[in-house]
Amino acid sequence: MKILVAVKRAIDYNVKARPKADGSAVDLANVKMSMNPFDEIAVEEAIRIQEAGNASETIAVSIGPKQCQETLRTAMAMGVDRGILVETDEEIQPLAAAKVLKAVIEKEQPELVLLGKQAIDDDSNQTGQMLAALLGWPQGTFACGVALADGGLEVRREIDGGIQTVKLKLPAVVTSDLRLNEPRYVKLPNIMKAKKKPLDTLTVDELGVDVTPRLTLLKAAEPPARQGGIKVPDVATLVDKLRNEAKVI
Amino acid sequence: MEREAMEFDVVIVGGGPSGLAAAIRLRQLAVENDRELTVCVLEKGSEIGAHILSGAVMEPRALDELLPDWKDLGAPLNTPATEDRFMFLSEKRAYRFLTPPQQNNHGNYIVSLGNVCRWLAEQAEALEVEIYPGFAAAEVLYHDDGSVKGVATNDMGRTREGEEGPNFELGMELHARQTLFAEGCRGSLTKTLFERFGLREGVDPQVYGLGIKELWEIEPGKHQSGQITHTAGWPMDMSTYGGSWMYHFDDNLVSIGFVVGLDYQNPYLSPFEEMQRFKTHPLIRDVLEGGRRLAYGARAISAGGYQSIPKLTFPGGMLIGDCAGFLNVPKIKGTHTAMKSGMTAAEAVFEALADESASGVEVAAYRERLEQTWLWDELYRVRNIKPAFHWGLPAAIAYSAIDTVLLRGKAPWTLRHRADHETLKPAAACKPIDYPKPDGKLTFDKLSSVFLSNTNHEEEQPCHLTLRDDSVPVKVNFERYAGPEQRYCPAGVYEFVEEGGETRLQINAQNCVHCKTCDIKDPTQNINWVTPEGGGGPNYPNM
Amino acid sequence: MTALVVAEHDNAALNPATLNAIAAAQAIGGDVDVLVAGSGSQPVADAAAQVAGVRKVLHADAAHYGHALAENLAPLVVSLAEPYEHILAAATTTGKNVMPRVAALLDCAQISDIIGVESSDTFIRPIYAGNVIATVKSADAKKVITVRTTAFDPVAASGGSGAVEAAASADDAGLSEFVGEELTKSDRPELTAADIIVSGGRGVGSSENFAVIEALADKLGAAVGASRAAVDAGYVPNDYQVGQTGKVVAPNLYVAVGISGAIQHLAGMKDSKVIVAINKDEEAPIFGVADYGLVGDLFKEVPAMVEALDK
Repeated sequence: MKILVAVKRAIDYNVKARPKADGSAVDLANVKMSMNPFDEIAVEEAIRIQEAGNASETIAVSIGPKQCQETLRTAMAMGVDRGILVETDEEIQPLAAAKVLKAVIEKEQPELVLLGKQAIDDDSNQTGQMLAALLGWPQGTFACGVALADGGLEVRREIDGGIQTVKLKLPAVVTSDLRLNEPRYVKLPNIMKAKKKPLDTLTVDELGVDVTPRLTLLKAAEPPARQGGIKVPDVATLVDKLRNEAKVI
Repeated sequence: MEREAMEFDVVIVGGGPSGLAAAIRLRQLAVENDRELTVCVLEKGSEIGAHILSGAVMEPRALDELLPDWKDLGAPLNTPATEDRFMFLSEKRAYRFLTPPQQNNHGNYIVSLGNVCRWLAEQAEALEVEIYPGFAAAEVLYHDDGSVKGVATNDMGRTREGEEGPNFELGMELHARQTLFAEGCRGSLTKTLFERFGLREGVDPQVYGLGIKELWEIEPGKHQSGQITHTAGWPMDMSTYGGSWMYHFDDNLVSIGFVVGLDYQNPYLSPFEEMQRFKTHPLIRDVLEGGRRLAYGARAISAGGYQSIPKLTFPGGMLIGDCAGFLNVPKIKGTHTAMKSGMTAAEAVFEALADESASGVEVAAYRERLEQTWLWDELYRVRNIKPAFHWGLPAAIAYSAIDTVLLRGKAPWTLRHRADHETLKPAAACKPIDYPKPDGKLTFDKLSSVFLSNTNHEEEQPCHLTLRDDSVPVKVNFERYAGPEQRYCPAGVYEFVEEGGETRLQINAQNCVHCKTCDIKDPTQNINWVTPEGGGGPNYPNM
Repeated sequence: MTALVVAEHDNAALNPATLNAIAAAQAIGGDVDVLVAGSGSQPVADAAAQVAGVRKVLHADAAHYGHALAENLAPLVVSLAEPYEHILAAATTTGKNVMPRVAALLDCAQISDIIGVESSDTFIRPIYAGNVIATVKSADAKKVITVRTTAFDPVAASGGSGAVEAAASADDAGLSEFVGEELTKSDRPELTAADIIVSGGRGVGSSENFAVIEALADKLGAAVGASRAAVDAGYVPNDYQVGQTGKVVAPNLYVAVGISGAIQHLAGMKDSKVIVAINKDEEAPIFGVADYGLVGDLFKEVPAMVEALDK
């Protein structure tokens, strides 16, 4: 089985984003960028499946500017066999990303596609589902467990209030949640080895995909500061307010 | 289990200006002479520049020598210095003084040193330097003959208790024919080298300052691109060494900072609060009001200068940059000297390694060459300015003028330093300082400041702020000095908390911005800062 | 202009999150229809018809809709989408699973997790973990939207009189099947999914004392969280941590007990709908963000609150 993992270069999770002073966009000048943490989990899962002897090849794909090569190198340093960069300086929204990935998948013919459940920049949580829809494949979103089971895939999913298990036909798309695994540390020698692994570059035009954004950002603002409320004199008042005013209990 | 090892000709510990300049110079020489030479740079920050914090006004002298076409290569030196102001502050007023000659900045640039380092790293990588950010050198390795063999990175994935966690990875050994330590001020490995090779014998103790910096975006109408302001006086009292900077650069950005000499005596002093209070001065408030604070950070700097420079070489390795202490204090600059030391080291190392069998040798030529450069002359001339501040500010200013203008730095005497951890007076002999409360607009508390440094450490790892004796924090630091670490730490790492009627020290290691002040100022030198897992610490953007 | 809200349910009852999604649809303006797709889900369709302001309920009932599998539900929504300009669902795990699949099949963008409506094509949504609030305008003819439930007050579950219409079922796509579900029952809910969270800070004082927090949490059916200070002091494990370096949560009710309210903690819970603070230090920053503050000794007030909740 061939596995393809999609990885996005996004703001590092330790770094706080803030809007530009004029509210036109998010200020990302010289901000540290890393692999989207959910994608890192997806990469780890792909490698684990391969290490368990259930995958013949693992491929990482990224879409974006030249610097996404670093993200792909990280995936390869973790253990992925090769990388594909679909290079573009355009803004790529989830639907466009799904279309680009679909085009790559049609070339590569993987049986399993892994992605992070969402990217920590736009917090869309869409690309995996959209990709599955465009391919006509089943989807296992918010995965916290993935197992191969008689020709198909059994996916444990984190749903509100518990865990759901579904069985999917292959080929399938799976998106990783936080608890699927804990990604490994990248080892120094593997970073060096990753520099020698193959990395192909494609363009959006070669793939013939229309990536025109459908959403326009009109304004990026700081969240409004939360205002303090009232002090209550005692517990009885507090419980009363929660029941009858806020209606949250 | 045995650690894996990788072999290089040269390993450089630290990806700041000196380490990167050394790496670039080494590879330039290798290319020019058509010689194979592998160079590796280890950086504990998550990326190059993540741990770099500086004013910074940069004198391009060393850069001109290293990469003469830096403008064409897109170096981020975008704001030429235009106006120099030196102000003496009283609580309400500011008096403009003649700018000391060392502070004339014509021809210099206001930069983000972090961004300069990011750019230097690109130049280094283009020359095939291997740069590994996110990996911390945690241990010096030695050959049987006692010479330095290289360094080892720390293990990743240990639990708080030091056990092997689920993702445990053993550290790596990096072996080199020559190891260059470029750790910056108060390097944790450098400290062990000082002891092992007696590098500080016969020189003055190093003395330090703690610089606290904020980056602000101000209202466009107030921005004076290229303007440089330094202040002395308020809020420091006359006996405490300290001063500020304020630089206008790039698009409506202002770099503002306060440096407190770590030889201060009152344990109630809080450098962080001094910085906050300083901003309430009309001179500063007027500039910042209506703007927003973008970033915060802190870093100790070496201020000892010439008389504190240690022995620089030992078998198998050498010290470059601020871990040796090449900062020019009156000039308030160290980037050009750090780079120059790295470049000079590179030239000496390149020559020594021409002998294929040379491994673990001491390259004494580094210091000999350094003494012939402008760096040495520069530091010698200003050697008496900082120590004169022991006499208090007015006397120091008078002395500085005589030393600089009349004697031109060639005074037949040299004033001495004493170590910063010895200067605290007992709390009983000092007055607590009543600092104003933060307003959340111009002044802030520590934790909301640390928030802007993007600091994080993997939670499950042994505490990297180690205590030699667990009883000392309460018995000595708290009881005698009223817990000075609560105040000198600019990141809120140390807190004395009461639990069940007993006081104990709570160490919030995750907040640590790697400034090294605790390692320096702790009165009994009980705190030993060791490097946490690579990639931890602040993630400074544009600092 | 008409909107279709995809109802969430368990075939027996309507999930209240649907009421918040209907509220968002009403905020856009125009008529609101509801789709109930399930198996043996007549009670849900009837309940949906009672919801205030619902014009009609489209009801598709077939075995393969029983578990809201996206592979089956999405084509059904698409087959019914023609008359609607807006298609919405609550941003629950079900809504997040199904709606992007709908959007892709309709070749339009999805607007995720909206917290405000500016106009029929312009919406407000948090990005970068809530550090930035984006206003986005859609260029698509149809807008597929998921709704952050805490941002819209629910409409009344009764008072409406919509008609229930049977909708034609699409075929079972045969791509996926439901195997099972383990719902957390006796144990406390997960932090990130909990409706109510009770968190303790350094003020709790010890690991044993956390029993006080747990007692209140159990009384409220809440998850237990903690500040970093409490985690660092070793009172509770790391995975309890709410904050910048821990989990980011946005429950309906967040009760902060003995937590001073350092910004690192606030970053993890400031999007909660209602915040309660109990702290003995009346100067604590937590009171600056709390809707209801109670100054007092937590060891007295929290047990008293448990008692008061029984009344």
